[in-house]
Amino acid sequence: MEYDVVIGLEVHAELKTKTKVFCPCKNEFGGQPNTHCCPVCLGLPGALPTLNKEALKLAIKAGLALGCQINELSVFERKNYFYPDLPKAYQISQMVRPICLGGHLKVGEKEIPINRIHLEEDAGKLIHSSDGSVTMIDYNRGGVPLIELVTEALQEPHLESAEEAVEFLEKLRQVYIFTGVADCEIEKGQMRADVNVSIKPKGSSAFGTKVEMKNIMGFKAVYRAINYEIERQKNILSKGGVIEQETRRWDDNAQESYTMRKKENAQDYRYFPDPDLLAVEVSKTVVDEIRREIPMLPEELKEKYLSLGLSDYEASIIVKDQNLIDFFEKTLKLCSNAKAISNWLLGEISSLSKDDNMIKISPDDMAKIINLMDDGKLNRSVAKTIFTKAWNENVDVEALAKTLGGNLSETELEEMIVSIIEKNPKAVSDYQNGAEPEKLLKWFVGQVMKESRGKANAVKAEEILKEKLK
Amino acid sequence: MQYEKYSLLQLVDMIKTHKVTSEELTRYFVARCEEKKEYNALLEIFDDAIENAKAMDKKISEGFDGKLAGIPVIIKDNIFYEGKKCTCSSKFLENYVAQYCSTVVQKLLEAGAIIIARANMDEFAMGSSTENSAFGLTHNALDFDRVPGGSSGGSATSVALGLAPLALGTDTGGSIRQPSAYNGIVGIKPTYGRVSRFGVVAFSSSIEQVGPMTKTVADNAYALEVLAGKCTHDETSIAAPIDFLQNIEKPIKSIKIGLVNEVEAMLCGMESEKAYKSAIEVLKNKGAEFVKVSMPSFSLALPCYYIIAPAEATSNLGRFDGIKYTKRVEGADINETYSKSRSAGFGKEVKRRIMLGNFVLSSGFFDAYYIKAKAVQQALIDESKKIFSVCDAILLPTTTGTAFKLGEKKDPISMYKEDYFTIPANMMKLPAISVPHEKGENGMPLAVQIMGKEFDEKTIYQIAHAIEGGVHGI
Repeated sequence: MEYDVVIGLEVHAELKTKTKVFCPCKNEFGGQPNTHCCPVCLGLPGALPTLNKEALKLAIKAGLALGCQINELSVFERKNYFYPDLPKAYQISQMVRPICLGGHLKVGEKEIPINRIHLEEDAGKLIHSSDGSVTMIDYNRGGVPLIELVTEALQEPHLESAEEAVEFLEKLRQVYIFTGVADCEIEKGQMRADVNVSIKPKGSSAFGTKVEMKNIMGFKAVYRAINYEIERQKNILSKGGVIEQETRRWDDNAQESYTMRKKENAQDYRYFPDPDLLAVEVSKTVVDEIRREIPMLPEELKEKYLSLGLSDYEASIIVKDQNLIDFFEKTLKLCSNAKAISNWLLGEISSLSKDDNMIKISPDDMAKIINLMDDGKLNRSVAKTIFTKAWNENVDVEALAKTLGGNLSETELEEMIVSIIEKNPKAVSDYQNGAEPEKLLKWFVGQVMKESRGKANAVKAEEILKEKLK
Repeated sequence: MQYEKYSLLQLVDMIKTHKVTSEELTRYFVARCEEKKEYNALLEIFDDAIENAKAMDKKISEGFDGKLAGIPVIIKDNIFYEGKKCTCSSKFLENYVAQYCSTVVQKLLEAGAIIIARANMDEFAMGSSTENSAFGLTHNALDFDRVPGGSSGGSATSVALGLAPLALGTDTGGSIRQPSAYNGIVGIKPTYGRVSRFGVVAFSSSIEQVGPMTKTVADNAYALEVLAGKCTHDETSIAAPIDFLQNIEKPIKSIKIGLVNEVEAMLCGMESEKAYKSAIEVLKNKGAEFVKVSMPSFSLALPCYYIIAPAEATSNLGRFDGIKYTKRVEGADINETYSKSRSAGFGKEVKRRIMLGNFVLSSGFFDAYYIKAKAVQQALIDESKKIFSVCDAILLPTTTGTAFKLGEKKDPISMYKEDYFTIPANMMKLPAISVPHEKGENGMPLAVQIMGKEFDEKTIYQIAHAIEGGVHGI
């Protein structure tokens, strides 16, 4: 039997704020345990939260970048449950009125609908001793601002495969990094996903029972967990069994999942509005201000690069790396030859910056080199020499281009070509009548380069040669 | 000198004019605290009080003139004073030391107060008699066999016994006003947002406030001026003019006072009716005008309170789980440790309210209870707004009668009804002051309550002062 797969995602990302969401403690990864803490994030009796406006702004920014509606009034609620990493025994989150509603993210050709994005606080971290006898708590992460994005799995189109789910996560990560909302470093736990999976007979309109897997670290693990779950469910159904609604834990080492909590033991979080926090009012003016700060997103940039003549491959590589984008955009302002910028960027620059990810030539110098070449004042080999110099030290590109000889002027080049043609009548007739004119054309270009000691523009030379050899 | 016979304002003046030093005053009141130990009003007398007073005398001699410079003050034991124990009268926090200062303590200290002791209370402020303390009950200052009221019973008895001229209480449903009434002192529940809640162990965050408890109305207004103000640590605190003494001596002529039909019907035949009627007479004679008003939802305030307050309490008390606070009882796993610790750490009344709160927040019941209670709360607020469009304040009794006997109220519901007249002010977030007036047949004090407009403490102080008859020294 064939099945349709329905996948829903809940994605947590830690916001890139200076301080925590409800207190002035540092929002910083690591640090000596329990040093980024105060009465508020330790949940001491009597301590009260106050909302960090920066966190609110970033949450709104994330929402706007994903096409969400921003609620003019949103409310913080308490999600009550007991766990040692949660010092107040409740998490401040949002339920009925989240900051962002709706929105979508493109995966392949599908616009995957987003249900909501809400703002909440992260919990602390439990550290178990190696022999398992002691569990220690580090509250440094407690109170770090999180946004939780929930996809809308009950609408069409939805995510239907592990590949799509991972693509969604990768795209989302890009958007967050792009807009400066979050760093999303997976290994630091800055982006974590809960996944729910259900299957149904192909074409059926009724949804199957969904199974949730919590806190999967890393996209590859998400991929494996989803595929494992799809197979597990198919197996059960094919044997006439029933899928139980449950929460499972994915063990990426063992490559399998196991039951964490059955439906009957589901937590009742007893949400209610947090009386310590005022409802959050966000005016249209503020939303518009934030909207103006959002840079072009990867998808939009890619469209732009394609229209500038870059290949799909080139555009895709550039939009994945903020460094490359920044360099490309800055250079593009000084030089209109997008294709050449891309060639340098993905060629010389990428290979030289491979190790330290540092681009050591300024967009200004890069633009000058390309412009000099386009003006026929620099040939490729001299250009490369100048590029290497500019990479390693501070140089005046234009002065260097002159001293290194720059190019033959077009007249000089033409004169030289005429003289070479005159000196080689046999080659000329072979070119005009022979079987391999291309090969001979290359030979002529070689002669020009030799005679000019590399100062000729090979492309230009070829053009002139073709004309003169007709 | 018998310094307990002086009002707060008089003592402030005596210190200012160097008639007495802070050290003398503090030694005197600390000694009195020791003397009156059998009332069990206090859980601890701070051993650094006299030292602090000496340091304050030095500051005063150097020109410091804080509003409470050198004045001994007692705080309820749910208010954080850094480095001092704060137990909320619960076994859970038996040895818990406050890690930081609450805003109100900070303000007291900045004003120059010497905090000399922490006062007994009902566990986590849940109760109306101070019989729910894990550290023993407190006695009424005027009759050893009677309750002091609660939950700020220790604070009320302290002021009435003259252990300090000022004590802080907290009022979630009447916890300042009812014990003030039972001990014949003055207590106010300020407008919600008037005083910072930062550093006050939370019971029902959306309705509770810290307030001063004093012997006179003017003392009370003076003390609230120290405590009030917007606090950066408390989003729900609000900036509003601090002008409580401004009109206090002004005649109340032509002030319009509302009399609530539903309250009068209820009050008929009760012990407090005497105080209520007599207060009307006094105010009438001083030129106040009276308006009959209606508040149809008045009687619903109490049941709504017992939904909203336990709901918030359940959540606020969740952090006392046996992991981070002292009362840990090890179980086989984490969940058993939670349940054993909480079973051992909390008293009966606290457990009852935790259960109640969990019930009303549970999925399937939330809409029927919590949401409905919130709707009724809104209705009460709307009704109060309507009433305050035709009058300046509302006169109410504080309690149904005088202080009852220790152990008399065994049934929780009859205890809950103690707060019938005080809870509406909390639910409507309005200021309300209890001022002693008349005595019952048993000779115990009765009191009336004046409820005002939002942030209009000024007017209710003025009216309360008129009822009090301008008594200054006691």
